Amino acid sequence: MFESLFPIIRHSGSFMNKAIITVVGQDTVGIIARVCTYLSQHNVNVLDISQTIIDGFFNMMMIVDYANADKDFSAMVGNLEDLGDDIGVRIRCQREEIFTKMHRI
Amino acid sequence: MLNIMEVHETNQMIEQEKLDVRTITMGISLLDCASANVDETCENIYRKITTYARDLVATGKAIEQDYGIPIVNKRITVTPISLVGASSCKSSEDFVKIAHALDRAAKEVGVDLIGGYSALVSKAMTPAEEMLIRSLPQALSETDIVCSSVNVGSTKTGIDMNAVALLGHIIKDIAARTADNDSYGCVKFVAFCNVPDDNPFMAGGFHGVTEGDAVINVGVSGPGVVSRALDAAKGKDFEFLCETIKRTAFKITRVGQLVAQEASRRLGVPFGIIDLSLAPTPAVGDSVGEVLEKIGLEQVGAPGTTAALAMLNDQVKKGGIMASSYVGGLSGAFIPVSEDKNMIDAAASGCLTMEKLEAMTCVCSVGLDMIAIPGDTSAATISGLIADEAAIGMVNQKTTAVRVIPVVGKGVGEMANFGGLMGYAPIMPVNNTSCEAFVNRGGRIPAPIHSFKN
Repeated sequence: MFESLFPIIRHSGSFMNKAIITVVGQDTVGIIARVCTYLSQHNVNVLDISQTIIDGFFNMMMIVDYANADKDFSAMVGNLEDLGDDIGVRIRCQREEIFTKMHRI
Repeated sequence: MLNIMEVHETNQMIEQEKLDVRTITMGISLLDCASANVDETCENIYRKITTYARDLVATGKAIEQDYGIPIVNKRITVTPISLVGASSCKSSEDFVKIAHALDRAAKEVGVDLIGGYSALVSKAMTPAEEMLIRSLPQALSETDIVCSSVNVGSTKTGIDMNAVALLGHIIKDIAARTADNDSYGCVKFVAFCNVPDDNPFMAGGFHGVTEGDAVINVGVSGPGVVSRALDAAKGKDFEFLCETIKRTAFKITRVGQLVAQEASRRLGVPFGIIDLSLAPTPAVGDSVGEVLEKIGLEQVGAPGTTAALAMLNDQVKKGGIMASSYVGGLSGAFIPVSEDKNMIDAAASGCLTMEKLEAMTCVCSVGLDMIAIPGDTSAATISGLIADEAAIGMVNQKTTAVRVIPVVGKGVGEMANFGGLMGYAPIMPVNNTSCEAFVNRGGRIPAPIHSFKN
């Protein structure tokens, strides 16, 4: 469903800057749409989306490539946080390495 | 590719289990700042620190934001000032001028603390080192964020008992000069045996003379994460318990390694070491005491505490060492009483005593740390405490330290409040039987024999 809206492009060998966006909170209509709208407006490419319910809370994770983003990373982090406040969920955007370093040898 | 559960686990550690990077510490050599004139030395020091560390705080904040991991403190360590000031300082007041220069420089770049107002006197004191030690009451009461340490002994040299005897009086004097503030000055001073050259934690951090011109060292934290992981080990055997601690320590240290490499790259300063210590804070759930209690003690201080701590310390090292190429500093479990909620509770209830804490220091990474004692404790008794800890370190080839606060005007059972990360502590009773004739003999305790280990 998301692929038709936001095609997942598999880069092969090209330069990427990956970040992980997580959304945690009460499920509501349009969360993914609003996050993706923001990302597309700023030329951030969505590579993967998954979601699940943990401890009764809606959890979504997006892997994105911000190599060609028109905003700097810290501004993006702030904007997404504000967007989360607006929707009533917690949105975090973190560079991927903190997760890969911790979970991959 | 990463899965959502892994991402969730990391974020849970940060948000709920208080995983943080305790400090990014930039070590700066000040050896080239020495001159024959004290004002010129101060000027050189101020200029070098404010140049080298100009971007430290901003870089720390940027890394914090990029990875979503709190970096609690940004700090600076410098070459022991007793060496830097030896050629220009003719009196203790001259050394105090350098302390002010350090304080100004550190505030200018916006760091939380600066360490290295230190002297290494493990065999004997030079006149400059003695002047620096005698300047401590004035230096620590007149400055805000300068930290100091004195190394009084080592496995290779023995213990300098002249320095130990002097420090008892100095600590009392620091306490008296900062009496209005629960003798807060003593929080900024620690006496060591076998002090490491690359410790990023305070008050004992300084930039050793064997280090390069500048270096980035990182101290991680994370007792809350270990504590949470141990919920899964309830009722299980030691093998399972140890495996759980190792895995958790590995994950915590990897975060520290990432932050250290990133800070080193962005600042253009070589990466030194990761200090993989479990450093508690007074916040609920961020406690080494709680970890020990989850291992199976009703309250920290109970029989079994020393064994549990020995195991915890060893597993933290085993897990952490694989996560980083360079591990150094103190690396282990910290047991600072005032900075650890469960330790505070155990000390207040009488379950945790000075003697038990002393036993615990034989197997963990530091020593008698952040312990509030009655303000009327004699200088000789404080020297005795330092000598005992130094002996433990000297004989066991490990780092030990003493950071006690004789809180002026307060007695056993009352609370001392140091604020922030330094926490609060009940005044603990000290055995006041005199050791005056012992500490005042003069001279030094010889280095121990390195054979016939029994």
